[in-house]
This record gives sequence, C-alpha cells and structure tokens, in this order.
Amino acid sequence: MHLEEFAEGDSLLHRIDPRVKFITLMPFILLVAVLKGIELPLIGLIVSLVLVIIARLPLKKLINRLLVVNTFVLLLWLFIPFSYPGREIFSIGPLGLSQEGLLYVLSITIKTNAIVLATIAVLGTSEIFSLAHALLHLKMPEKLVYLFFFFYRYISVLHEEYTRLKRAMAIRCFHPETNMHTYRSFAYLVGMLLVRSYERSQRIYQAMLCRGFQGRFPLVRHFRLTGRDILFLTVMISITIAMAVIAIT
Amino acid sequence: MHISEGILSTPVLAAGAVLTIGGVTLGLKKMDYEKIPEVAVLSSAFFVASLIHVPLGPTSVHLVLNGLVGVLLGWMAFPSILVALALQALLFQFGGFTVLGVNTFNMAAPAVASYYFFNFLVRRGNRSVTAVAAFLAGALGVGGGTFLIALSLVTTGEEFLSVARLVFLAHLPVMLIEGIITAFCILFIKKVKPEILEVGK
Repeated sequence: MHLEEFAEGDSLLHRIDPRVKFITLMPFILLVAVLKGIELPLIGLIVSLVLVIIARLPLKKLINRLLVVNTFVLLLWLFIPFSYPGREIFSIGPLGLSQEGLLYVLSITIKTNAIVLATIAVLGTSEIFSLAHALLHLKMPEKLVYLFFFFYRYISVLHEEYTRLKRAMAIRCFHPETNMHTYRSFAYLVGMLLVRSYERSQRIYQAMLCRGFQGRFPLVRHFRLTGRDILFLTVMISITIAMAVIAIT
Repeated sequence: MHISEGILSTPVLAAGAVLTIGGVTLGLKKMDYEKIPEVAVLSSAFFVASLIHVPLGPTSVHLVLNGLVGVLLGWMAFPSILVALALQALLFQFGGFTVLGVNTFNMAAPAVASYYFFNFLVRRGNRSVTAVAAFLAGALGVGGGTFLIALSLVTTGEEFLSVARLVFLAHLPVMLIEGIITAFCILFIKKVKPEILEVGK
C-alpha cells in the first residue's frame, strides 16, 4: 500500500523543517476556514496555488485528489443556491435560484480547495514519521503521538493480512451479493482481522519489553532550523497576518 | 463519513474542537503505556476494514464500524478515531485539519455511547442478547454519527437543512448493514478471542 504519494521529491517545500510546516500551515488554514465572502478566500487560493507550484506536485495525482474532495461540494451546489434566502435571479418551476446562495457556495468551494491544496503542498511533502516526530517537539501529548506512530506503522502490515484473507475467500469462490451470507462473511473477515491485530499487538509489546521499553521513545535525531526555514516561516506568517488584518477591517 | 473543509461556521468548528479535546484527554488517561500497541494496532485494523465495500442492492457502501470501535475501546475510541481521521486528512484530504475536531466528535461520541449501552450486555449476555446488543451498537454508531453530522450542518445555517436531511436518509440502510456486520463480528470475537472485549475497560 503506497500511501505517501506526494512525499517524494526535493522541492523547497520537501526540505522545510516539519515543525515549521505545522506552525505556518495551521494558522493559515484556520484563517481560510473562517473567512467570509469571495475576495479573501480567493487570495487564500492563490497563496495555496503558489505553494503547489513551489512544491512541484504531480499534477495528475493532485487533480484526482481534488475530484474526490469536490464531490461533497458538488452536492452543496445542487441544494444550497435553491434554499438560501436572497434575491431570485433565475427560477425553474417552484425552485428559485438566489444570487446570495450562489455566492455562498462559490465561497465554500474556493475555501475548501484552498485549504486542501495548502495542506497537500505543505504537509503532504513530508514523510508521516517525520511529521509525528515534529509533533513530539511541538508538545503534543506523547501517548497520542505514540498511538499515531504505531497505528500508521501497522496499517500496511494489516492491509497485507486483509489481502491474504480476501484471497482465501476468493479461492473458496466467495462472491459478494446483497444477502446475509455476504454480510456474515465480511463480518468474520473483520473479526479475523481484529483477532490477528490483537495477537500481533501482544507480540509487539513483548518485543518492546525485551528491548528495554520504559514508556518512552528516546529521540536521537533532532531537527535544525536553517535560513530557508526561517524565511518560509516569516513569509507565510506575514501573509496570514495580512489576510487576517484585511478580514477584520 | 466526514464533512470537508471550509463549510462549517466558526462556532461549530470551535465547539467540535473543544469537545474532541475533552474526549481525547479522557481516552488518553484510560490508555496506559502498555495499552498503546493494543489500541494502535486495533485502530490500524479498523482503518483497513473501512476500505471494505459491502454490496447493497445496485451500489455498495464502505464500512464505518465506529459502533464496533466504541464497544471494544470505550473512551479510547476518541484518540483512536482522531488518529485515523488525522491520517486521512494528511494522506487523502478527506475531512481535514480545521474540521478534525467536529469530525472526530461526530464519530467518537456515538462510539462511546455504544460502549456504555452495550459493552456489558455484549460481554455478559447469552448468544441472542449479545447479537441484539451488538446490532444496536453498530446501528447506533452510524446513526448517531450521521445525526451529529446533520446537526453540525444545520447549526451552521438553515440552508443546509435539505442536504442534512439527504445525508441522514441516505445512511438509514447503512445503519442496518453496520448493525448486522457488528453483530456477527462480535459473536465471532466472543467465540474466538473474548479478551478483545475487555480492552476498553
């Protein structure tokens, strides 16, 4: 299972310190999420597009992601313009299309895509484990980061288990349909997956104890800020503050 | 089942974040260091299980299983679902970081409710009591989750009412399937590895 589709590469964004990435991205996406209107979210979208260009992301994969994200947005386009109170500009039978409604959905669409693009460009370009490492430095609760670490580590292992179980079912001519037999078989598949994962977790913990685990992973490698990181931090934070100031005034 | 970025209003986002921080804090308190691998690897299994698509008439639906997560993990469902959604936000941009609080609460709160209503019945009941309790837990997980999603949309603005109603109605058959799968799955676990039912304590 190849999950980190955008992490490979050596653009400027791939080389930024993961701690800096969290500190710069979080205020930016939170701000975009609470913005109203069209103009400011549009500025956000432009900033995100610039980030995407700097990160030199593979375009095809990026578009696939955006398609998935925009399916729910499409649903909103079908409903909101008709139910939002405002001046009617067009009507089909009893349904009136309101201008305010259209602008509102447009604003949501811009915001959604701006946040998604910024997230892919900034966080997607780091490996998950280095992001987890950065979270420890940023004082996230240790247990939560360890949980995340193990959780992510064992997804691919359990996905292999899952493929094995599914293959075993296929060999025995299992053919999914809408009936009780299918649901029971899938339930047992999930059950077996849980049993195997539980047993595996016991072995993992025993192995950790054998190696002297005392409730803490020592951090051996440390991040070091470079001039590049500080420049990126300054630029992004300035943009965010400027946007916030315009939004307030 | 999650709400994308940029849709919900600020008060809804803030409320979700605060409630989730509370739930996760409680969950982490219950989770001792030696339980971390257990909870984590079970979470990986749930993550993989959510890739399974089960047929439903002409379409198919993917498993959510938050009711089952709740019955097995109790309050630890909060951190477990949080890491799963955080990973999805990172890798696939389903949901996202600004809505992480709301989405986690929407899925984890019904999960914890499933634990309180049904864990005891599932562990102590005979075969039929277990089956019924597990069915209800599975249905409550998805049903409660969709209800909270609809509620987050409607509290953002009245204009979301029709979308919220559609989302809720579309998930009624999913509730049924989740209930059935959860029931069979728990009967299986009870027979093969009953210790798993004790993890949430």
